[in-house]
Amino acid sequence: MDTKERQVETAASSATKDSTQSSRSGAVGKRIETKDLNIYYRSFLAVKDVTMTVQPNKVTALIGSSGCGKSTFLRSLNRMHELINGARVEGSVTLEGQDIYSAGVDPVRVRQQIGMVFQSPNPFPTMSIYDNTAAGLKLNSKRMDKEQMDGIVEKSLRGAHLWEEVKDRLDKPGAGLSGGQQQRLCIARATAVEPDVLLMDEPCSALDPIATSAIEDLMEEIKEEFTIVIVTHNMQQAARASDRTGFFNIGETGDPGVLIELDETDKIFSNPARKETEDYVSGKFG
Amino acid sequence: MTDGQTPTMAPEPAAAPTPPADPFGDKDGRIPAWGPWAVIFGTAAALTGVLVAIGFNLVLLLIGTTLFSIFGIYVWGRIVEGRRQAFDRAITLGIGSIFALAMVPLASLLYTVISKGLARMDSEFFTTSMRNVISDGGGILHAAVGTAIITGLATLASVPIGIMAAVYLHEYGKGKLKRALTFFVDVMTGIPSIVAGLFAFALFAILFGPGIRLGVMGSLALTVLMIPIVVRSTEEMLRVVPDGLREASFALGVSKWRTVAKVVLPTAMAGIVTGVMLAVARVIGETAPLLITTGTFSSVNLNPFEGRMANLPVFSYTQYKFPGVPPEPFIDRAWGAALVLILIVMVLFLAARLVSRRYGIELRK
Repeated sequence: MDTKERQVETAASSATKDSTQSSRSGAVGKRIETKDLNIYYRSFLAVKDVTMTVQPNKVTALIGSSGCGKSTFLRSLNRMHELINGARVEGSVTLEGQDIYSAGVDPVRVRQQIGMVFQSPNPFPTMSIYDNTAAGLKLNSKRMDKEQMDGIVEKSLRGAHLWEEVKDRLDKPGAGLSGGQQQRLCIARATAVEPDVLLMDEPCSALDPIATSAIEDLMEEIKEEFTIVIVTHNMQQAARASDRTGFFNIGETGDPGVLIELDETDKIFSNPARKETEDYVSGKFG
Repeated sequence: MTDGQTPTMAPEPAAAPTPPADPFGDKDGRIPAWGPWAVIFGTAAALTGVLVAIGFNLVLLLIGTTLFSIFGIYVWGRIVEGRRQAFDRAITLGIGSIFALAMVPLASLLYTVISKGLARMDSEFFTTSMRNVISDGGGILHAAVGTAIITGLATLASVPIGIMAAVYLHEYGKGKLKRALTFFVDVMTGIPSIVAGLFAFALFAILFGPGIRLGVMGSLALTVLMIPIVVRSTEEMLRVVPDGLREASFALGVSKWRTVAKVVLPTAMAGIVTGVMLAVARVIGETAPLLITTGTFSSVNLNPFEGRMANLPVFSYTQYKFPGVPPEPFIDRAWGAALVLILIVMVLFLAARLVSRRYGIELRK
């Protein structure tokens, strides 16, 4: 490990410490930049040459037809992609200038700063609502007194608009909640570790319209504190809930997905720069 | 399709009160619930009559009843219900008969062991050993204690090894090493139990000289048999844990080891415990490896590291194989010990069912 990498690592670890110890008030999300990002499954190039900037404290939506690499791209932003056997990434992804793929960086630490919410709600079935919310802290055996943890759990559940519904049954299993509640529990769980960025992989696709709208409102609120990137199949959702929208497309089956354009959401849906984008958002294909 | 059919089908119920010919060839009638039984017993009664006339034969009666009832229910169904239902009835009866056939040995075995073992279900049988017993009386205390110690030690050794091996194979392993280990676990599953016994026997003979017999040797032999069972069942349980839970944990910035220890294993725990209980039930009745490793002994021995140690399967075997004079008390003790073994296995199975039902977690696919 050379000096530069060590600096990156200590910078990453001190950032983690700061964010867990200092109170979250006044915290801001961080900027993610990717440069010439190529994402592979073994020798198959799934996403090609993505260079984009995710702006802090904005909701960035990624849209595009199925199989165009949106989710793959999203998972490469917090090093979840490499968990798949044979998956790898070329190019760079930086979080406020720090390359998260440089040799000295521990992927576990990256994921503490860049959290993720998944397509289907996945609360831990062995844990209560309380333990699910505090899971990121408990599983990492953070030393913390009961009051402090209670505070974080309440704050996270309030943040996810779930507190009023579950405050009397925090010791009940998280799996006993409805689908929409479970997804909000998963958001509370992800925010409880106080990441800088929250990635959401089609978080509403398993939910009904009411639960979906609850989560969209929630995103609008928590972007004060986090940078949010959301993958969605639902163009109305992108139009409603995001500040910026990126459109991914794929030439033919087997070709890699590419980022066509990324711009303000209003512009993408009213006056996109590229013909493909206009065709897609106006429903001509996809 | 709808264009062609809607006009013809819609007015029909109004126009013609009698329903049209069923397009599926179904008929209105239904064979009542007692129908199949009536066919079976009717056929059996008729066949008995015929067989008594020409010379009774039980096997012939059973085979004949099965075949004629299948035929009978098919014909009845064909007349009353229609072709598909008739075929369904015939197949149902056929499969039911095969199931009954499979149950015959089990029922017969249970009946034999219970009827012969009941003779010694007295308090003396459970509270005394065979110390100074020459003919009648005596009990299985020494053998029961020995079985508990030997199997307990084997479980203590094989559960950690088995679970950790399964965690490696399913959560960590990849490439050639994983394939090799999986292969060897498969090979171990197929090891004849006597070979496991000979392995323990040979190992201790090398270390401590020939002719040695210890309780712990039996434990070693059983451990060799138990490890692959525990590995297999635990691996199966880990496979059922959804990847979504692992990903959720990783996405919280939890390391792989903590994810496995605190998310994956607790989620699979009920299944793993059930698997361990079934593995214990599987090895607790092993006779051959214990016969050559633990030897026989007529008093209670609590120390597995010194001296011979009695156990239930070997006790049952020796009592039956080498009875004294008169032989009856020995034979009774043999069946009694066999019944106790069956009861232990049954309790283990019930406990396993209970654990998986009570603590099992519904995992969404």
